[in-house]
Amino acid sequence: MIEVKDLRKSFGDTEILKGITTTFEKGKTSLIIGQSGAGKTVFLKCLLGIFDYEGGSIAYDGNVLSNLDEDEKRNIRAQIGMVFQGSALFDSMTIAENVMFPLRMFTKQSKSEMQDRVDFVLNRVNLENAHNKMPSEASGGMQKRVAIARAIVNKPKYLFCDEPNSGLDPKTAIVIDNLIQEITDEYQITTVINSHDMNSVMEIGEKIVFLKDGLKAWEGSHENIFRTDNEVVTDFVYSSNLFKKVRKMYLEENS
Amino acid sequence: MKYLHNIGTYFLMIGEMFHKPTKWSVLKKLILKDIDDLIINSLGIVAFISFFVGGVVTIQTALNIDNPLIPQSLIGFATRQSILLEFAPTFVSIVMAGKVGSFITSSIGTMRVTEQIDALEVMGINAVNYLVFPKFIALLLYPFLICIGMFLGILGGLVACMYGGFSSPEAYITGVQMDFDPFHITYAFIKTCVFGFLLATIPSYHGFYMKGGALEVGKASTTSFVWTSVFIILLNYLLTQMLLS
Repeated sequence: MIEVKDLRKSFGDTEILKGITTTFEKGKTSLIIGQSGAGKTVFLKCLLGIFDYEGGSIAYDGNVLSNLDEDEKRNIRAQIGMVFQGSALFDSMTIAENVMFPLRMFTKQSKSEMQDRVDFVLNRVNLENAHNKMPSEASGGMQKRVAIARAIVNKPKYLFCDEPNSGLDPKTAIVIDNLIQEITDEYQITTVINSHDMNSVMEIGEKIVFLKDGLKAWEGSHENIFRTDNEVVTDFVYSSNLFKKVRKMYLEENS
Repeated sequence: MKYLHNIGTYFLMIGEMFHKPTKWSVLKKLILKDIDDLIINSLGIVAFISFFVGGVVTIQTALNIDNPLIPQSLIGFATRQSILLEFAPTFVSIVMAGKVGSFITSSIGTMRVTEQIDALEVMGINAVNYLVFPKFIALLLYPFLICIGMFLGILGGLVACMYGGFSSPEAYITGVQMDFDPFHITYAFIKTCVFGFLLATIPSYHGFYMKGGALEVGKASTTSFVWTSVFIILLNYLLTQMLLS
């Protein structure tokens, strides 16, 4: 579980995060949504420890990040899996080497044990025959699946995804969403996704945190989001006619 | 103020480079890859430039000696001194700032742009140690490259002498052996080691801390070449002043 209390972050005189308090629970897929410039990426990078923050606290299972020294932070980070927006695969390594990388860095497993684990996770993300391909030879969807495989290969306790569906076609986006949710459920990981994709919000958002101008404007589940009358949220989520209709149908069916 | 900040960040990066080392089994492969990229792949250009510049130095010296009282062996002597003291350590290092420096900056800069460095940091890996330290170790072999440059420069002079008819090979070889001071070799290799350190760290700094996209990677490569050259020239002056005067 990740607990965030009154998180504040500024760049120069500009306050980006103005006091965010929320909790991301184990075994649940949580989504951070909001307009561009709302502070989602900064929030995620603070959670990851890439950015230092000026106020508040972030606790990973009770371990407050600001109280830890650099080595303890690195130990926490070793339990984190991250799927970057652009996949961030190491382009000098094959797909199998990319996935094996966290094992080589953090475990003392033999080569055959590592190979078995790589085979297992690549099968898990449906990439059985891609071991020897270079990342540049893989499609966007394949690269995302490799990034997920790399993120989960070392059995992380926390999984972060920054816009995992950006640049993907709707069908592949659904595959990626479902994969993340299945993995979260299967391994009881604390998953936090930074997303713009309303399909993801409707499909897998067990908890949704809506940010606006550096503040938490709303939080709830994907079921709550259909019923909320918070104007800030409805303006953003139901800005397209399609989602307005989806909401109307949902409310009619469940009234 | 910005320059002070950059200098401070550069020295912090050097400190970080030796902190929390990467696992030896992983580091070993990175070092071997960097030796291949930075040293072995530079052999051709260093050999080519050294041989022909050695030849040119010989021709220029020969053409400027028209007094019959000056012995022909002076051509070999002047070529040796030019190659050992300046050409091989300094001129080759500036060429390497263009070749190796741009490669280092663009490869690390691309990793920054494509979030690969963020990925390393999120995993809890000391990205500076992972990326810069192997280059530093690889460039400890840089004196070996300069040694080849010295040999081929003097050989290029000999070939130019033989085929240009400027002096006899015997006179050239006599000149090469004349008044040899072993400290000049020490001086040349002290400079080479310092320049090797600059070649590993300044381009890495420009790649590691760059911001922006693909266009900025190109700009960072150019900036890194300029600053590496500036510091090579500056330290060349300081070291020469300290060691030879």
